[in-house]
Amino acid sequence: MRKFSLGKLALPVYSVLALVFLLTPIAYTILFSFNDSTRSNTVWEGFTLRHWAQVCNRQDVCDAVTNSIVIGIISTIFATILGTALAIALVRYSFRARSLVSLSLFLPMATPEVVLGAGLAGLFFNAGVGAGMVTIIIAHVMFCLSFVVVTVKARVQTLDPTLEEAGADLYANPRQVFRKITLPLLMPGIISAALLSFALSFDDFIITYFNSGSVSTFPKYIYVAAARGVPAEANVIASAVFILAIVIVLATQIRGAIKRAKLAKS
Amino acid sequence: MATSNAFAGADLELIDIRKDFPGFTALDDMDLHIPAGQFFALLGPSGCGKTTTLRIVAGLETPTQGQVMLGGKDITAAKPHERPINTVFQSYALFPHMTVLDNVAFGLRQRKVADAQKLAVDALNLVELGHLADRRPQQLSGGQQQRVALARALVNRPSLLLLDEPLGALDLKLRRQMQIELKAIQLEVGLTFLHVTHDQEEAMDMADIVAVMNKGRIEQMGAPEVLYDRPKTVFVSKFLGQSNLFVGDIVEKNASSVSIEVGGNKITVDKKRAEKHTGKIAIGVRPEKADFHEKKPKLGADHIVIGPGEIIDIRFTGVSNQYLIDIPNVGEITVFAQNIGKSPEVALGAQVYVSWKVEHSYGLADLPSGIEEA
Repeated sequence: MRKFSLGKLALPVYSVLALVFLLTPIAYTILFSFNDSTRSNTVWEGFTLRHWAQVCNRQDVCDAVTNSIVIGIISTIFATILGTALAIALVRYSFRARSLVSLSLFLPMATPEVVLGAGLAGLFFNAGVGAGMVTIIIAHVMFCLSFVVVTVKARVQTLDPTLEEAGADLYANPRQVFRKITLPLLMPGIISAALLSFALSFDDFIITYFNSGSVSTFPKYIYVAAARGVPAEANVIASAVFILAIVIVLATQIRGAIKRAKLAKS
Repeated sequence: MATSNAFAGADLELIDIRKDFPGFTALDDMDLHIPAGQFFALLGPSGCGKTTTLRIVAGLETPTQGQVMLGGKDITAAKPHERPINTVFQSYALFPHMTVLDNVAFGLRQRKVADAQKLAVDALNLVELGHLADRRPQQLSGGQQQRVALARALVNRPSLLLLDEPLGALDLKLRRQMQIELKAIQLEVGLTFLHVTHDQEEAMDMADIVAVMNKGRIEQMGAPEVLYDRPKTVFVSKFLGQSNLFVGDIVEKNASSVSIEVGGNKITVDKKRAEKHTGKIAIGVRPEKADFHEKKPKLGADHIVIGPGEIIDIRFTGVSNQYLIDIPNVGEITVFAQNIGKSPEVALGAQVYVSWKVEHSYGLADLPSGIEEA
């Protein structure tokens, strides 16, 4: 019996390498949020919590993040409401242009972002709409919508229509059926769609760049700042977003595990 | 809600109902009257229109034509939530995001009934599930879910309760137990029940009146005993239990009976038990009404004797033996003999005669498919 096997070793080594490859940039970003730097944040100059404690010392960083959050929330609300309605319509009702609507919803996902961004910019210019918050939000709603429809549609397809019939049978009018039965049962899908929308909006650079005018968003700020050195405050915000995302994922996983354990017990 | 609920149940009347779906007609000129307080079963194979009928009564489907009357009121145009009717769905359709108790209380809360909570608890206790009130439906077994669905419908004291094959998903033992419970609850609360099923035993066992449906029409309706004893069509005679059918031209006719000739045998039916008295007719007899004999029996004119034929199959089912006898020029006949030591002990291949009383024959209105009217 051989004690050493290359095959047995290959998988763990490969896995570790892959993880290192994936996690290095993130680790670098987090690490340099603690760098005691003043202007350029490229060389390690010692540990500090200064940037975390006074993140808004750099007003321009904070303004850009605030803009991104505002844009993300508003775009998410619009995209989620519109997308949920569309998803229900596409699954539950047959209407003349159904397949056409399905196809056109898929197009923004398939079209290169540069083309979408430039196209929209031209459209806004011709329509005489000045680039700013409004144009960014319109653009974000447009590309988030497709993802919301895809996500919620999957949920609607698994929803047993008999449940809604049972609601109607038990004296609920159509509005009450929607509010008390349909909506709560679709909620997991709607929440995933909203989170996805927010992440896409918060993260978007290309389309935003074409349609933002003088408004700065977080990704746009980083892009502009990269030329002359990204301040450590940007690293702080990037790290915070990353940690928040991890916390959300962990929380949902733990909640799911507790729920399953409870179900298994009783 | 719009209509107040009657405690005693209301009578349901379907008048000239027709339902067309794209490409086919599910129901055709259907008339039905269910008196208040009755347990009524719609029995038929899948695709016969029984579920469509139920959905029209519940308001989940709109009839193409015709009227639905409940307690003398026209409810054809009423929406499902406006009808004092509740349904136990085939899949139970319990709301997975609510507790068992909230499921049961749903209808009461919708109608803003005072004490919804207490009434729901009482209803759960009636089906002996009070201790599971805080569970989610998906944590319950099939039988428990079925009882929750029943409680959720019953707690509203509807004028009419619809049951859409609610026992279909249960295993045999649980099914028997549920049948008994369901019947007991119906007697206790005195509601009108409309039960849709494809299980003939279930229908005969539980219902006061059974309507046998086929191809969007009611073929025959009546008390289970009457339907079984005197089926009027080939479909009913075959769907409800088993039947031996003989087809032949009428060769003899007197004041009280008609006889046909089949392969040299004379088969007689009382005129009052026959739907048709002329031409070619089908006469049937139930397998358990027939006997077989090793020697040609000497029986009077009140008996029919045919044969001899060969026993080609014997099946032991516990309480009875099922014999398949092939009589030349007549066909295969099934005879059930109770295992009480009265039937002759015969082996496969034995030659036997088959007999039954004339009063057990029934004459049908139609002929088996594939046989032309001469």
